[in-house]
Amino acid sequence: MEFHKHVLANGLEVVAECNDQAHSAGLGFFVKTGARDETDEIAGVSHFLEHMVFKGTATRSADDVNREFDEMGAHYNAGTGEEGTVYYAAVLPECRERVVELLADILRPSLRPADFDTEKQVIIEEIRMHEDQPPYGAEEKCRAAHYGDHPLGRSVYGTVESITALSVEAMRDYFERRYSPGNIALVGSGRIDFDALVADAERYCGAWEPFEVGRALVPVEQRPGFLVVSKSSAVQQYAVQMAEGPAGTDEDRYAANLLATVLGDDSGSRLYWELVDPGRAEHCSLGYWEYDDAGLFMGYLACDPERAADNLQRMLDVFRRAERDGISEEELSQAKSKVASRIVLSGERPRNRLFAVGGEWVQRRQYRSVRDLLAAVEAVTCDDVARLLRQYPLSENTTVSIGPLTALREPQ
Amino acid sequence: MSGLVPPFEELALAVPILSHTFPNGLVLLAEPMDWLESAAFTLAVPAGSVHDPPDRCGLSGFLCEMALRGAGPRDSRRFIEDLDRLGVERHESVSDAHTSYSGATLADNLPAALEIVADVVRRPHLPADQLEAGRQVMFQELRAIEDEPSQKVMLELRRRHYPPPWGRPSQGDLQALEAIGFDDIAAQFARLYRPNGAILGVAGRIDWPRLQDTVARLLGDWEPLEGPAIVELPRVGRHEHLPYDANQTQVGISYPSVPYRDPDYFQAWGAMGVLSGGMSARFFTEVRERRGLCYSVYATYHTLRDRAGVFCYAGTSVERAQETLDVMLAELMRLARGIEQHELDRLKARIKSALIMQQESSSARSSSIARDWYHLGRVHTLDELGGLVDSLTRASINAYLAEHPPADFTVVTLGPYELEVPVGVS
Repeated sequence: MEFHKHVLANGLEVVAECNDQAHSAGLGFFVKTGARDETDEIAGVSHFLEHMVFKGTATRSADDVNREFDEMGAHYNAGTGEEGTVYYAAVLPECRERVVELLADILRPSLRPADFDTEKQVIIEEIRMHEDQPPYGAEEKCRAAHYGDHPLGRSVYGTVESITALSVEAMRDYFERRYSPGNIALVGSGRIDFDALVADAERYCGAWEPFEVGRALVPVEQRPGFLVVSKSSAVQQYAVQMAEGPAGTDEDRYAANLLATVLGDDSGSRLYWELVDPGRAEHCSLGYWEYDDAGLFMGYLACDPERAADNLQRMLDVFRRAERDGISEEELSQAKSKVASRIVLSGERPRNRLFAVGGEWVQRRQYRSVRDLLAAVEAVTCDDVARLLRQYPLSENTTVSIGPLTALREPQ
Repeated sequence: MSGLVPPFEELALAVPILSHTFPNGLVLLAEPMDWLESAAFTLAVPAGSVHDPPDRCGLSGFLCEMALRGAGPRDSRRFIEDLDRLGVERHESVSDAHTSYSGATLADNLPAALEIVADVVRRPHLPADQLEAGRQVMFQELRAIEDEPSQKVMLELRRRHYPPPWGRPSQGDLQALEAIGFDDIAAQFARLYRPNGAILGVAGRIDWPRLQDTVARLLGDWEPLEGPAIVELPRVGRHEHLPYDANQTQVGISYPSVPYRDPDYFQAWGAMGVLSGGMSARFFTEVRERRGLCYSVYATYHTLRDRAGVFCYAGTSVERAQETLDVMLAELMRLARGIEQHELDRLKARIKSALIMQQESSSARSSSIARDWYHLGRVHTLDELGGLVDSLTRASINAYLAEHPPADFTVVTLGPYELEVPVGVS
């Protein structure tokens, strides 16, 4: 397992974790742009553009793009988040150059108006589908309430209105401001010849013109709140909670992940025993997300409407107890075993390592092997977790509940 | 530029499958994958939802929920804590034919994980004082489906596609779950959890002699029982619209196909792969790419031992739902007229690379070998699968399609307005 990096003259970075034992190769372009880099007028453009990238280039139609990925037997897709957009493929090692050429080509998309209009319908369908599924947009509502004017308060999808109003010119303008080679990394994992990958990058991305791209980092002003949104057609009641956590640049992120595991893992956590095992809730969990200038603990609850108030109180009590008493050695060591096992198991697939290596590089400009990650997890102590809870109390959160209820008692 | 998927003979996939049948009928299968650090298991016991009495639908699922609430020397909390300490990523599922207990962990922890799972299937406490908690978990699961229209439409489609008790949702129904008592749970366990008909598939970094010894010690003296017979009932219906308040209409279409053990299975599966799988497949191209009708459209193959079906799905806005249904049905009609060579070439490339990438997942292989044994009484090695895929030709798939065109459709829609199923769709 060897890590390599190289920077092209135009600023495009090439990084890879090369493993001769792997059966496949993961390859992806990580573009440092997402919902937080948008404005109200172009809300949802990052995600819509991600779709349009597959619609063809000067030399390829949309059908050509799909056909060529499938001819390689590639397992491929793309995804857009608050801070990043990733285009990736897992392929057999012999397809490396061909897939890099294809991905590089589509990253200079034509954005043809006819394709734009058709795809706009698909985006609107995706938004409607999202609105029909639990928690019915509660995550976006909670994000907006929690972050206020901070760029992380923006929705990745945008709205049916913002997408309908979006013009292809506005998308092109966004592309020309964000897709600079200096804002993109080509990431590889698995069975990869790094020198050959660098040569691919030179050949297919070397002519991309660089320009300045920035991102404003803004301090988060937490403002706890409690909001109930009525959706009469829902059967279950849902709640999303957001509380501040350590930012992605903070070494406390490992402690934050272990804390979330102890309190809110899907199974065997404090919230599991309090709410799920006794059948009080269908689902209750807590997760940790890291961003450039912020970190986020996100709680989730799904249950019978009648039990929602009681369950939210129980969640708050679980958080308060942890803030008061911390967590036990036993709980921490159990969480470490779980997290370590997940890192190793997931690390067996190059396509999973691609996201770990790429995410680490784009966010922090560093490499962490599976061994490094295991060591970082192992080093966390109960004191670290207690300190974290003092700094970032989970009980001070923003809660949005959605479901058949029109009102809900706020937990005390 | 190089970059085409090479033929199978160059791919060195030949990993042998090891198997051992114990005197009590339990089958142990293993696929050594020495390049991994993990090992995964799937223990399928012949306790599927087809054995739920008609007024106790959901009983197998309820039993599975209760079996996880303590077994052998561990109470319910200790059970989960010990699995967590071993880093076992576990998963349970109830299908028509089986209840499966699966897990993956670091290879060294496999024997200890199997020890715990052996207790679950042989010595569960089934604690009476947790019956109501278990029932609430089952209720919650059932209610959650009501809020997941895309899942609900496919469950309702499967229910209508197969003759009961096949195809019934394992989650059961409200009335049955309310009626299930402790005695039902205990009786279901006593009559169904048995070694004959059970399959334990293991894949990853394993030591075969040691694994055999471990399994012999844990499950070798498990007493066999005679399995219950299954009484089939007539199918419940064909086309149905289910009113549902939402932005989108959910469209489900199914048609019968040949089961996994049929000699024509790979022809049928290949034909479905032309319809769905990869973004250049027909459904994605015609429904989403050309017309922008929906975000999600797919077809998937589902097989029981003696029956199978292709299940197609799309979810789309109310005003575009009729066109979506019409385009999907038109594509199913067009499939009957055959596939093109370039479609087959892409299909093969996709399958080959998926097979090779399966070697990177012990979990994928452990469930796959257990599934093969149930259907075939043997296991296809990756090498054999590669050969079977290589032997598909355009002519062989088209001959199959000419003889078995998609027909006898079941159509279930879910949404604010009913759709019209065109005349002539039988």
